[in-house]
Order: sequence, then structure tokens, then C-alpha cells
Amino acid sequence: MAVVVVLLARSRNLFGVVLLGGVYSFLTATVLVALDAVDVAMTEASVGAGISTVLFLGALHLCKSEDARPARRPWPALALSVAVGAVLVYGAQGLPAFSDPASAIHQHVVPRYLNDAPKETGVPNIVTAVLASYRGFDTFGETTVVFTAGAGVVALLRRRRPGRKP
Amino acid sequence: MRHDLILRVVAKLLIPFILLFALYVQFHGDFGPGGGFQAGVIAAAAVIFYALIFGLADARRVVPEPLVESMMAIGVLVYGGVGVIGLLLGGQFLDYFVLDHDPVHGQHRGIFWVEVGVAITVSGVMLKIFYMFADRGRIDES
Repeated sequence: MAVVVVLLARSRNLFGVVLLGGVYSFLTATVLVALDAVDVAMTEASVGAGISTVLFLGALHLCKSEDARPARRPWPALALSVAVGAVLVYGAQGLPAFSDPASAIHQHVVPRYLNDAPKETGVPNIVTAVLASYRGFDTFGETTVVFTAGAGVVALLRRRRPGRKP
Repeated sequence: MRHDLILRVVAKLLIPFILLFALYVQFHGDFGPGGGFQAGVIAAAAVIFYALIFGLADARRVVPEPLVESMMAIGVLVYGGVGVIGLLLGGQFLDYFVLDHDPVHGQHRGIFWVEVGVAITVSGVMLKIFYMFADRGRIDES
């Protein structure tokens, strides 16, 4: 992943950047699989690496991509990213250890979901049970957001037929 | 691209399996990883793949634009409809327990239809966005 990031930062060709972005998404998906978040990994692989790469390529095709000149002064930007990264790493020190069962997030509703979800919903995949049943309102809002995004794109990009008044 | 034999043959071989995988992800989402969102994206990706290999016009013939546009809305309506059916059967909005005599079956049924709604909307929106982008480029060229 580090290699891909360095290549991304050094690349001046948008086509290469889009493809490297897809590679990065796939690597992220493998990391998520290693973290046992298979649902998220599947979403990342299909949306991040698949659809958004295709959409970026489509947008690139529309914009007539060309190689940009190298940035003049990369040092302030580099210093800023390193500083933000350092702050994030410092903050991560305060997080509970990975998969620590005594951490706060595993004390609240997680035991109830893990113990009762298969009995209450009859669905063995807890992620699906939480998504569609316990958090049904959130998912409804999410679906509406996806619909709204699509409607927005349609409203922006729809071609008016020639000869019809706008 | 249209005359590339290998791509066309491979696409013909792959697309049925991609669609089958989308259905598997959709209906097996209760038991394994996956669900409506992932299944919708995979199904849309299959059609986008078809459009990339065989051209946009052919893809439009297979999945016509009005169908895609109505899919966007139908999915949300299916999701909301499950909620309203729950209301009509005497429960609360998006209350799945009342959908069947057995509350567990009711939950199962509710989750199933909600996931169907999510899948329809997501694949509709993804396809519509792709159609809009691809179509715009083609018109500009001509």
C-alpha cells in the first residue's frame, strides 16, 4: 500500500492515478478481509475498485486529460500531511487495543446483538441483522441518500433534447 | 473494441456468472457476507461490463433507460412499502415482527424485502450514473 501511495503522489498522469486508485482500493479490501470485515471488503472492492474507477475513467474521457506539470513547492503540503499523520498516530495511541473485549465499544449494545440477533431475527449474519432490522431506519435513510444522489446526477447531466426550450 | 474477439467471448462467458454471483450475494446475505448494497453494485457492474465491451447502444437495448430510472425509485418504494405494511398490520413503521404469525419469520421476511429494495435502488442509480457519463462523452464526440 505504501508503494502505491508513493506512486500515486509522484504520478502526474491522471489515467495512471485512476488505475492506481483502483489498486489501492483492492489492497484496502484485502486489509478489510484480514480484519474479518468481509461485508465492508466486498463493498470496497465492488464500489471503490470497480464502479468508481469506471466512473473516473469516464469523467477523464470527458475532460480530455493531460499531464500536469510537477508541483512547484511540495514542501509545505508534505509538512502538513506529515503533521496531520503524526497527530492521527498520536491519537491512535489512546484507542483500546485491537479486538480488546473489555473496550467501551464492546460493552454497550454489541453483547445484545451478538447474543439475541440470531434468536430474534433468525438471520445468522449479524451484520445483515443489524443493518436491515435494528438499524432499519438508518438503512432506509441511506437508500434514500443513494436515490437522491442518482436524482441529482440525472438533474445535472440530462441532455435537453434539441429544439426543446430549457 | 467492438471487434475484439477475445474480449467479447470472455465477456459472454463471465457476465452470466457475475449476475449469478450478484443473486447469490443478494439471497445468501442472511447467512454469509453480502446484502442488498453489494448485490446491487455487482449487478450494475455486470451491465457496465457489457456496455464497455459491446457498446452503450447494445447495453441500452438490454437494460433500457426508463427501466433504470424507475428502478431508482422502485427500490426506495419497496423499502418504504415494507415499513407501511408494518404500519397497516398494526405495528410501527419498519416493524417486521407483525409481518408473519411467527415474529422470527416476520423479521426474516422484512429483512428480505428491505434488502431487495436496497439492491434495486443501488443498481439503478449506479447504472444511471454510468449511462449519463458514457452518453455525454459519445454525443460530444459526434
